[in-house]
Amino acid sequence: MLKQIEGSRAMAEAIALCRPEIICAYPITPQTHIVEGVGALVRDGTLQNCEFINVESEFAALSVAIGASAAGARAYTATASQGLLFMAEAVYNASGLGLPIVMTLGNRAIGAPINIWNDHSEAMSMRDAGWMQLFAETNQEAVDLHIQAFKLAEEMSMPVMVCVDGFILTHAVERVDIPQQEDVDTYLPPYEPVQVLDPADPISIGAMVGPEAFTEVRFLQHYKQQQALSLIPVLADEFEDLFGRRSGGLLRTYKTEDAELIVVAMGSVCGTIKDTIDELREEGFLIGLVTLISYRPFPVDQLRDALAEAEHIVVVEKSVSVGMGGPLANDIDLALRNMAHPPRLHSAVAGLGGRPITKNSLADLFRQSLVQPWEGTHFLDLNERIVARNIHRSRKVRRSGPIAENLIRQMATEN
Amino acid sequence: MEHPYAITLDVGTSLANHTGSWRTKRPVYVDRLPPCNAACPAGENIQAWLFRAESGDYEAAWRKLTENNPLPAIMGRVCYHPCQGACNRGEVDEAVGINSVERFLGDEALKQGWGFDKPETESGKRVLIVGAGPSGLSAAYHLRRLGHQVTIKEAGPLPGGMMRFGIPKYRLPREIIDGEVKRITDMGVAIEYGVKVDDIAETMREGRFDAAFLAVGAHIAKRAYIPAGAAARVLDAVSVLHSMEDGEKPMLGRRVVVYGGGNTALDVARTAKRLGAEEAVIVYRRTRDKMPAHDFELEEALQEGVLVKWLSTIRNVEEGEITVERMELDASGFPQPTGEIETLATDSVVLALGQDVDLSLLDNVPGLEIDKGVVKVGPNMMTGAPGIFAGGDMVPSERTVTVAVGHGKKAARHIDAWLRGETYEPAEKHELASFDKLNTWYYDDAPRTIQPVLADVRRTSTFEEVVGGLDETNALYEARRCLSCGNCFECDNCYGVCPDNSVIKLGPGNRFKFNYDYCKGCGVCAAECPCGAIQMVPEAI
Amino acid sequence: MEKDNPMTSETTPGDGVQKLHFYQKGTFTVGNRLVSSDERSVQSSIDRSNALTCGHRACQGCGEALGARYAIDTAMEAAGGNLIAVNATGCLEVFTTPYPESAWQLPWLHSLFGNAAAVATGVAAAMRVKGRREVRVVAQGGDGGTTDIGLQCLSGMFERNDDVLYICYDNEGYMNTGVQRSSATPPAARTATTPVLGDEPGNVFGTGKSVPKIAVAHEIPYVATATVADLRDLEAKVKKAMSIHGARYIQIDVPCPLGWGAASHETIHLARLAVETGFYPIFEAEHGRVTSVRKIRHQVPVTEYLKLQKRFAHLFKGDKVDPRVARLQARCDANIAEYGLLDAA
Repeated sequence: MLKQIEGSRAMAEAIALCRPEIICAYPITPQTHIVEGVGALVRDGTLQNCEFINVESEFAALSVAIGASAAGARAYTATASQGLLFMAEAVYNASGLGLPIVMTLGNRAIGAPINIWNDHSEAMSMRDAGWMQLFAETNQEAVDLHIQAFKLAEEMSMPVMVCVDGFILTHAVERVDIPQQEDVDTYLPPYEPVQVLDPADPISIGAMVGPEAFTEVRFLQHYKQQQALSLIPVLADEFEDLFGRRSGGLLRTYKTEDAELIVVAMGSVCGTIKDTIDELREEGFLIGLVTLISYRPFPVDQLRDALAEAEHIVVVEKSVSVGMGGPLANDIDLALRNMAHPPRLHSAVAGLGGRPITKNSLADLFRQSLVQPWEGTHFLDLNERIVARNIHRSRKVRRSGPIAENLIRQMATEN
Repeated sequence: MEHPYAITLDVGTSLANHTGSWRTKRPVYVDRLPPCNAACPAGENIQAWLFRAESGDYEAAWRKLTENNPLPAIMGRVCYHPCQGACNRGEVDEAVGINSVERFLGDEALKQGWGFDKPETESGKRVLIVGAGPSGLSAAYHLRRLGHQVTIKEAGPLPGGMMRFGIPKYRLPREIIDGEVKRITDMGVAIEYGVKVDDIAETMREGRFDAAFLAVGAHIAKRAYIPAGAAARVLDAVSVLHSMEDGEKPMLGRRVVVYGGGNTALDVARTAKRLGAEEAVIVYRRTRDKMPAHDFELEEALQEGVLVKWLSTIRNVEEGEITVERMELDASGFPQPTGEIETLATDSVVLALGQDVDLSLLDNVPGLEIDKGVVKVGPNMMTGAPGIFAGGDMVPSERTVTVAVGHGKKAARHIDAWLRGETYEPAEKHELASFDKLNTWYYDDAPRTIQPVLADVRRTSTFEEVVGGLDETNALYEARRCLSCGNCFECDNCYGVCPDNSVIKLGPGNRFKFNYDYCKGCGVCAAECPCGAIQMVPEAI
Repeated sequence: MEKDNPMTSETTPGDGVQKLHFYQKGTFTVGNRLVSSDERSVQSSIDRSNALTCGHRACQGCGEALGARYAIDTAMEAAGGNLIAVNATGCLEVFTTPYPESAWQLPWLHSLFGNAAAVATGVAAAMRVKGRREVRVVAQGGDGGTTDIGLQCLSGMFERNDDVLYICYDNEGYMNTGVQRSSATPPAARTATTPVLGDEPGNVFGTGKSVPKIAVAHEIPYVATATVADLRDLEAKVKKAMSIHGARYIQIDVPCPLGWGAASHETIHLARLAVETGFYPIFEAEHGRVTSVRKIRHQVPVTEYLKLQKRFAHLFKGDKVDPRVARLQARCDANIAEYGLLDAA
């Protein structure tokens, strides 16, 4: 059913259609509207047979979900930013125990400085936590990915984060096609756990595992995610068959067939990038886009296939691994590694803490990558005067290593 | 179900981990010797029969008791219960009233008509017993149980010996004696009354007896020389008590003096009171704490109005009065005369100065030795004459019914062995279950609401001969006060307190066993065993 | 009715004779063949579930292993076997479930150190939503996982009145990590992080907290303290807790031979002395009010308790009595006064 609806509300309805049995809620901007929405659907009876539990922290939220999931219930929660960090220990635990919890991240920056706006820092902070991470480009895809996420999580016995850009998606009112309950029921069967806490068949879950078996446990987790690389496209196909639209999958290409330069990005920024590409193509710039949906598992082979023919790759990402650079760029580098003639990789960090990513800046960035390629990480729309002033001030009192010196020199020549 | 690798485990799989290898000490169940048992002259397994009594299975308790002593109704009345003096419960609050429970069981047996089983097989051996007193009856019972033919020859007209002729009725009703003796004769023990054995060797030959047990009581009163006028009425305690049984009540008068400090003196004084004497005075040459009589008997006598003149000896007896000299104890505690004289008005004087045994039947027995009025016996109760054993008042020992019963049992076992050409070796005694071996926390200090009841019970048990026996509730209560020193009473503590679940409960009556595969040897079971029935033993490494 | 001893009030009807019979031979022992079978303790039963079975790797004389079997077996019986346990990280978790062996015999889940209460909430909610009302949920952990790192989740579980019985096995420190101080460590006690050094050796006076009191302040349906030294009281409390739905908290004093520096056979003795000195008050509270206390049977001075433990050995080193012994006695006396642990003479 088509609706003009806020993204959070649309996701809430989609989550309710998945018939979760336990929902744990703890408020944090910008995911709050999602759990509020599901909560209302529980209260008004739309979502039956579901416990909505107001907990005292994100740590408890995911912990309650862990207990519920281990006891055989379909469990859901949502969080963002600091909340994800506060539950970090439980994030690792849920995946270690193989519990198919689905959690929405209303992607938001991490403080300090405290900042409520969108970027992908918190998702990146948990990229190694053993969860699958799917990034939605649009609210429609956010809705659809939740439905696919439950199925993916439960088939793999592994938790899934559905990453939706805070405010940009969560608070945007757009036209969204909300699926019908019977279709969702057809797509998503009731949860059948691979193991469950049951007095009729007792087991001990959560053993202490020593050096003799820990590597194997981790390998099996890794192997499982590698298997998910095959499952995710299948689920997208099935979804398309049933709902009549393409959503999800590992990645999506846009005008990459003849592209000399391919942009790689995740989430809502891909819309802006596609607009920019359309305009640049009118100038004759052979440019395309790969939208990465599944960040974990990371589809190395599929990316390699998509990127192999290009001469340049520009990775635009909303996160920085301080001291290293863009984590996604680093991961893309892995995909290009060992190719005979790999494309040249350019890394750009953009939209931190909610900074708008404009078509102009993007267009400049893409052009610059061809004419004046940079080493290391480019911070899009960085106010260089401010940082330079701060750097020069601190330089008087602090020692600076050679790399930092280079950064400053580079900045000076750019000015 | 196939579980996720390593993080999910099957339940109870820890059984593969044998933690017993950690152990440096191992607990072992032991049976220690309860102090009551150790103190019992009759060798009763008191703890064991109390254990059965406390669950209300009185017949089982009685059967356990009578494994060692066939006379519980008698014993429950006349035993001076050294067991209670030894009872560990005395250190917690007050000793268990063992004697009163014994009496209850004995009475219950008579009431219910429980009897002894006849022996399953006959040995074909014949044993002569001389005297149907406690020692003789006890020996007869045990020998019969062992399958021997037993004949008792008794000089008197009735069974019981000194129990009948030396202990007043108010302490031991005669139907009790008759009832318990009948049970023994019902087993096939023959008693011939009015048969005085004059020559033991001859009697044995005539009756073709393979062995004999001599158990003649001390019926002869000891005399002391006291100057007495012709009209003075001087009697001895044995004849006074004996005549109580003949139906001819002794004429003692309004004022009676009893001379002596033993239990017999008290019996006579109390008998005199019961016969109507207004004044019964015991004259004793030493002090109360030196008195051989049991203090509780003295206490009872005093409560009944018996008077005692301490530190006094009788110098002269005349008609209607006696002359008494005051004594003083010297440094060694021996009474010395002071020369201070006084007179006491009295109608009669009863001498209670001890008794002797008539040993004339032993003349001309080769090898048999007599010393200071008693027969010498070896550790096996056998006299110097092969096949002739002796016990009770006839041998050097304390002269009590209980000791006599104990002699009877002990002699029976040795006689049995001797008849088979063997030597009886008593089982090695267990280590004593002394108070320090117990963990008395687990026994209740009765809550206040119950204490008055408890006090009643104790009073009853102390005065049973006067007040009567315990009713079932009280007997049960008293039995349950037993700490079961040194012997597992299946309280489940070890089974419960083991942090390693390494005690296996074998079910009622079967106690427990340790599962050494898992026992880490922490020692909690031993520390928390209420009755000291677990010992920690170093592991051999 | 005041329940100063669960045995007197619960197991004996008004019949004086019955009462008389009960108060005999091993009244305080685990079993008593003299009482009727329905009054016997779970631990005395040959059919007890042994929810925590042999082969676990707890130290010799571990009070926690004992307390856990006592509590979980009782809960198992109360729930007719329909019980799920959630375990916080700690000794109990480590010594029971090192791969590849589990010593548990009921469905059991270990997630993290500080989230047992919340995980249990999730399990209970799942059972509710699945329509399996008969399945009951217990969360358990040590004092570190309860009074410190797990307190927030615990408080949340309490205030939501989630249908979870939380059992804290209190051994007064972080024993699993090598005996460090927790907020349940008593004053003066030596731990690895409160060494016997400086002006105030051992744990500092005036610190720590009472989580039972915190639980009472939540006005949850049931709060109790118990001890491995009084099995019947412990079982009565677990049974009672299991008869109630909603948030419940039981804290059990479980001496740790290793951490306290005591002989392994002293475990129960120490727990008993902790009660008899007034060091560890044993009480019950319902809906925010204390409803009963376990009276002291034979009061003993605190020194008898302290002297058996090396963690307090520094108090008895010199010739003079350390004044902090008097402060610890004062602590006991304050407990005795606050909870009325002594019967009026």
